[in-house]
Amino acid sequence: MSLRNLLENWGDYRKGREQGGHHKYEHMWGMAIDLNLCIGCNACSVACYAENNLAVVGKEKFEKGHALHWMRVERYWDEPNLGEDRVSEYQVHGASFVPTNCQNCNAATCEPVCPVAATYHTPDGLNAQVYNRCIGSRYCSNNCPYRLRYFNFWSYYESSWPAPLHMQLNPDLTVRDKGVMEKCTFCVQRIRAAKDKAKMENRVVAEGGFVNVGDQQFKVAPGRAKVQDMEFQTACQQTCPTSAISFGDMLNPDSQVSKLWRGHQVELGKTSQKKPNPDLRGYRLLEELNTDPCVMFLERVREV
Amino acid sequence: MQTKDINEDIKWAQINKDVLRSMENPRIGYWIAVGCCIAMLACAVTAEIYQYSTGMGPANLNWPHMWDIYIATFIFWIGMSHSGTLLSAILHIIRSDWRKPIYRFAEAMTTFSLMTAGLFPVIHAGRLWNIYWTLPYVSDRGIWPNFRSPLIWDAFAVFTYLTSSALFLFIGMIPDLAICRDNARGWRKKLYTALSLGWRGDDRQWRNFRKTYLLMACFLIPLAVSVHSIVSSDFAMSIQPGWHVTTFPPYFVAGALYSGCAAIITLFICLRYFFRFEEYMTIPILEKTCKLTFAIAMVWTYLNLIEFASVWYGHNYADKEVLLGKFYGPYSPFFWAMMFFGSVLPFTLAFEKLRRHIPTMFVVSLLLNVGMWLERYMIVSPTLAYGYHPMAWDIMYPSMVQWAIVFGSFGWFGLLFLVFVKIFPSVSMYEVKEMVYHRRRLARDEQAHVFHRRTGDHQSSGTATPGLEGA
Repeated sequence: MSLRNLLENWGDYRKGREQGGHHKYEHMWGMAIDLNLCIGCNACSVACYAENNLAVVGKEKFEKGHALHWMRVERYWDEPNLGEDRVSEYQVHGASFVPTNCQNCNAATCEPVCPVAATYHTPDGLNAQVYNRCIGSRYCSNNCPYRLRYFNFWSYYESSWPAPLHMQLNPDLTVRDKGVMEKCTFCVQRIRAAKDKAKMENRVVAEGGFVNVGDQQFKVAPGRAKVQDMEFQTACQQTCPTSAISFGDMLNPDSQVSKLWRGHQVELGKTSQKKPNPDLRGYRLLEELNTDPCVMFLERVREV
Repeated sequence: MQTKDINEDIKWAQINKDVLRSMENPRIGYWIAVGCCIAMLACAVTAEIYQYSTGMGPANLNWPHMWDIYIATFIFWIGMSHSGTLLSAILHIIRSDWRKPIYRFAEAMTTFSLMTAGLFPVIHAGRLWNIYWTLPYVSDRGIWPNFRSPLIWDAFAVFTYLTSSALFLFIGMIPDLAICRDNARGWRKKLYTALSLGWRGDDRQWRNFRKTYLLMACFLIPLAVSVHSIVSSDFAMSIQPGWHVTTFPPYFVAGALYSGCAAIITLFICLRYFFRFEEYMTIPILEKTCKLTFAIAMVWTYLNLIEFASVWYGHNYADKEVLLGKFYGPYSPFFWAMMFFGSVLPFTLAFEKLRRHIPTMFVVSLLLNVGMWLERYMIVSPTLAYGYHPMAWDIMYPSMVQWAIVFGSFGWFGLLFLVFVKIFPSVSMYEVKEMVYHRRRLARDEQAHVFHRRTGDHQSSGTATPGLEGA
């Protein structure tokens, strides 16, 4: 039985992504982050800590690089040498913020390198991490060009949530122990809950087939749950005070995310996007590496 | 000045006596060496127990430095293992018989350094108690390892290489074990009787032995080349700048042979000195090993320069960043030390005076290996420090836990080697005899030739062709 599994998996893999991949997709969860709206308040990061039971590692370990911030708000300064060359007293433009979570790449570089297949692509278009299967070889993190995978260097669960704080842990997902890689899951527990609810309410698309997203054609599985757009939100999206983050199903042409991607003419499966006019602000991080990420950023418009 | 590889009027019994003598009566120096190795190993075990119980944090690994000198040392030990195969298999097939007195310990080095290398992927895994999941055992859950991952190829390659090189070492030792059996008493007698597999040295046994040995040699050569190519694909198959390099497989193999040959010189000198093997491990053989090392060092340098040139003219911003980070970033002391030890220092091997001076060669061979270790460090770390994403740029220096484990791995290797030299013959007796026999015939033929030329008799010189078949 095992050998047959192996051969079938191999055959599926050989078919390649050209034919819609080796998956029959049920959904393809995607995100769009408008950097015009981002004010760098870090609320998304905090919400992520609360929702996903992220360990709070403390100042020293954070400095050492042992933090586990699935959603991190990166700051980039226009005048990085401020104070050194004494050209200006303060930042003229201020910082630029880029909230980055796992890009859930469709051609994820972390997936083929895991020796035990602990990270794989789900029919939901998610780049899943199976904590129980992970042996901590950390190759996935090394091969992630965005460095968006975080490793449990210590056993945090005893120290991170002292006495009453353990009560605030989210019961919908686990607490990870030492030696395990973890990363943003697009709040997979909320996705699950929404899908289960849809199935309970008999909102199911019976037939499979193909869905076109731009030039790309995706095979879809029969019997998939019909989750309404905005039926649920990810924690970061829910918390964002300026609604900079949109999240939804890319295979649903009416979802807000699909509309944003279409509106800014960002397409999946491309290594560079056409920019016929400057109003189209969409881009994906390092897409020239052909990782095909599912998160689109909308460029910040600023005075020169 | 000694010019002959081996003295041809050495007696058979003398060879047996000299080699068997090296296996008995350990002197005080031997026990001191064993004690040092155990102490080093104890450091590593303590550090590993601490790391096992607390996680990878104490090793100072961090985001983005997920790998560090554990993996660098893993590559170092794998590389070390290649020269044994070079000496015993490649030189066997091209029939350079000067390898005969020194290939046995080189082959032991192959096996033991693989046994050391194999520990490192286990040590560096976050949950090492689950490391067996990387092997394709039949599980009723139908879960397999990910065959696309270079780490899995590593696991297969290292296991295959370890088994076949251990087998090769054992097969090549059978006639010698029979000699030991005939000269031993007590538990050694029992051990050698079992291991020599009833070797009587008759014609049929020798024929089968030759065939098996040649077959194993042919099998081992592609294996050795593929093993380090596969280890290099851990890096070459990734997407990271500085790792995604097409020349990595030959570069790794060249580096492997290089560090292995340097290690052979080190151990050559140690064995020669401590076991008084001056008759067998002669200066001309050392010189030949040094020349080989020099040639490989130049290949390695060339491949290094190719890599720099292709990055420089490739104009990939990230690749260039990593290269410049090595040139004058925080890693520059290590980088330039590596370039000095790896590319400049081997020029000492080009001078005959220095090649024949044993203390110089001892120091040089050790420094060459320091350079090769730094090379592996320079492969692993700068890429992690300067990846694609500038947010994740970070410099990290390994902690004492990592150093202790790396340090202890040398103790583990030394311990295995010390045990080996006292239980098994570290010089191949039967092959030395073969070598002496051929040299004797060559010398005799030479004399006959001179004699015939002098008497004007040219007919009989055709029959006296020295053959290497059968001794």
